[in-house]
Amino acid sequence: MLRLIGLASVAAAFAIAIFGIVAAVVAVKRRDAGLMRSARAAVYTNFVLMSVSNLAMITALLTHDFSIDYVAQVGSRATPAYITVISLWSALEGSILFWGWVLSAYTAGAIWFARQRAGALGAYATATMLFVGGFFYLLLLGPASPWGLVSPVPPDGPGPNPLLQNHWLMGVHPPLLYLGYVGFTVPFGFAVGALLSGQLDDTWVRLSRKWTLAAWTFLSLAIVAGMWWSYDVLGWGGYWAWDPVENASFLPWLTATAFLHSVMVEERRGMLRAWNMSLVVATFLLTILGTTITRSGILSSVHAFAEGPIGLFFISFMAITLLGSLILLAGRAGELRGEARLDRMASRETVFLFNNLILTAFTFTVLLGTLFPLVAEAARGVKVTVGAPYFNSMTIPLCVALLFLVGVGPALPWKGVEARELKTRFLVPGIGLLVATALALLAGVRGGWGLAAFAFAGFALVTNVREYVTATLARRRAVGGGFLGALTGVVRANPRRYGGFLAHIGLVLIAIGITASSIFRLDREVTLRGGESVAIHDYVVRFDQLRAEQEPHKVVVYAQLTAFTADGEELGRMYPALNYYEMRGGEPITTPAVRSRLDEDLYINLLAFEQNGANATLHVIIEPLVAWIWIGTGVVALGALISLLGGRGRRPAPIRVPTRPAQLGSRPRPVEVS
Amino acid sequence: MNWKRSLVAFAAGLPFVALLAFGMTRDPNQIPTSMPGQDAPTFTLPVLNAADTVSLARHAGEVVVLNFWASWCVPCRIEHPVLLQAASRYADSDVHFYGVVYQDTEDNAQRWLNQLGQGYPSLLDPGSRTAVDYALTGVPETYIIDRQGKVVFHRAQPITDLAEFIQLIEAARAGTLGPGGASS
Repeated sequence: MLRLIGLASVAAAFAIAIFGIVAAVVAVKRRDAGLMRSARAAVYTNFVLMSVSNLAMITALLTHDFSIDYVAQVGSRATPAYITVISLWSALEGSILFWGWVLSAYTAGAIWFARQRAGALGAYATATMLFVGGFFYLLLLGPASPWGLVSPVPPDGPGPNPLLQNHWLMGVHPPLLYLGYVGFTVPFGFAVGALLSGQLDDTWVRLSRKWTLAAWTFLSLAIVAGMWWSYDVLGWGGYWAWDPVENASFLPWLTATAFLHSVMVEERRGMLRAWNMSLVVATFLLTILGTTITRSGILSSVHAFAEGPIGLFFISFMAITLLGSLILLAGRAGELRGEARLDRMASRETVFLFNNLILTAFTFTVLLGTLFPLVAEAARGVKVTVGAPYFNSMTIPLCVALLFLVGVGPALPWKGVEARELKTRFLVPGIGLLVATALALLAGVRGGWGLAAFAFAGFALVTNVREYVTATLARRRAVGGGFLGALTGVVRANPRRYGGFLAHIGLVLIAIGITASSIFRLDREVTLRGGESVAIHDYVVRFDQLRAEQEPHKVVVYAQLTAFTADGEELGRMYPALNYYEMRGGEPITTPAVRSRLDEDLYINLLAFEQNGANATLHVIIEPLVAWIWIGTGVVALGALISLLGGRGRRPAPIRVPTRPAQLGSRPRPVEVS
Repeated sequence: MNWKRSLVAFAAGLPFVALLAFGMTRDPNQIPTSMPGQDAPTFTLPVLNAADTVSLARHAGEVVVLNFWASWCVPCRIEHPVLLQAASRYADSDVHFYGVVYQDTEDNAQRWLNQLGQGYPSLLDPGSRTAVDYALTGVPETYIIDRQGKVVFHRAQPITDLAEFIQLIEAARAGTLGPGGASS
């Protein structure tokens, strides 16, 4: 029954998506408002249908209906209910089903908010988003159907991938990733809508900016949640390995970050219009490329899902969207000519241009490293692997340069300043730079890139914090009241601006965490008998005993350790563990014990043990400032949230350029008043 | 719409699609190799964290399994337990396992082994000379050298199937693992 409900809902959603596409296109041609309402109704109906289908699958999982293929694949009677629910996205078919649900929700939301003011653009955007949705419904009906019938019905299943069961972050990382990835469909839809309808003013930007920011926030959180999970579970004490799947999530983040900055140049100065459109299209294409790479078996990766005919579907879809977007962008490029020019080098516009340049270079670097094995094989028939050394040596300079710009940008106003004014603007941040450099030198940093990273981090921290401080003090002088009240007032008055600066501050914290934990990492491996201790850095770790516990679906072997300071003060117990999942057999999954503090993490992994419990081999790692990566991400998200929630209805004032002779082909823009 | 430009952009996008389509026709884990059937290049290499060297000549008439790896290589982590199990099965036999550390620091390599287990010696390959001799295309890659000193097997992907791997080693021992079809 559940199977029938789930399958029928997806089939209906597919049919309705096709109807909606036709209805939207015909509605434009015939200027038929009624038909357009039907197209929108199709969007809302699809959301309901996909909700039904997903809920049916969740019910099937919870009731252990092993006659359904997907449930037999990932379900198990011993698995706790919470894990059973999140195993909805633990394998290919379920993750596509969930993807379809998220996409239908985004589409419904975007079309609902745009219903009053989009015209032909909105109609084409509806058709575009339905087209993307239809592709995923098609996958669910064909190569990625989770609804296959299993006969005879097995009594029990293997349970989801053990890595999914082991950490609360796995309940968070995948949905955040989908919310991020899928969210970029909305700006893509509006951009294609604009290109198809020829309505090339900034309507599409206004309709899609917040959706882009929301998707970007989700994607940022997802990437860091993945890093955190990798740090907390995989037991190697690291958080990023330049794996193709990690790169696949990072690529659209880079282009989306570029867009969020360059779109301000378009709003303020009417420049970079074709570029912005390209960035949005590229972001969407990179999400599809990432999915194609990882789901089709084109590149091998630890994350890769099972291979199968699904690869062909993804590549066809990739080809259609890529070539279609190229045709539209190139065909309209002439009509997207900007209207202003840069006035001075030392201006915020210039910084945004450099920001975009570096982010684009970053994207190409990562894309090249990810796809190079394929290119090399196609061109010369040889296989090569591109490992972490390439990515690190190529991207560290780019990261440092970005950090520098995060410091320069906020200190420069739109349209630029005179050279003599630069000194006053950069005096205080310059002091911050020197102080940070001195601190880094004192801490023992000697490498050039490490020093530069800390120096620019100090610089950027000062410029961005200063924006808050000066504005708050000025407001206090003007309206009085307490500092906190004035701060709230400042943020409220311009949430986009101050949300952005807060995101910068978070980014600087992340950069400091990454740099410090890479440079100052210490580690040791020891085999200890019961009662023996090891001293590392400022800690003494004593191995008390080895214990094992039988849980319903796994056996956990853990070492009971006691951590002390060097002076002998007890810090507490730590329990690094190895988990053996019965149904999955084979390799144990580690659960490192992490004592996380603001200054450093004490990270202990159980590597091996004697069966009789006589000794345990431990990997003890000290990683300074790692916690600031997670904290910084929280700050970034808060900044993004402020930008998102605030400022409804308020728009940044375009900065008018002194009249110039109109360029040929440029169209008059309405004067904006806010 | 400027259709002329559209056509140019369309043409520019085609190679990318062709690249992906080409990728579809390939097994990402399969690699063309010319090594099987050839005499195994000789080497004398220092052992990681030991004052010792190993040369291939020492094992004339015996079977040698050579696994190139690096601590920065993620798939190496996946295959390592399988290699360890295979090696423990052939402890004190005429089958010898060696790891060869590829493009890595000694510290990182040793740390990696401490973490994941060390069942057989790993060799250092200064300047990656031996890797070049063996036409290495990346890590992990595994070679089996038979009693006649010929490479009879070369796989450029993680070894994940223990039973199959044991079968290959047994065939090499018996001298029935021919060059050609055996590579993958």
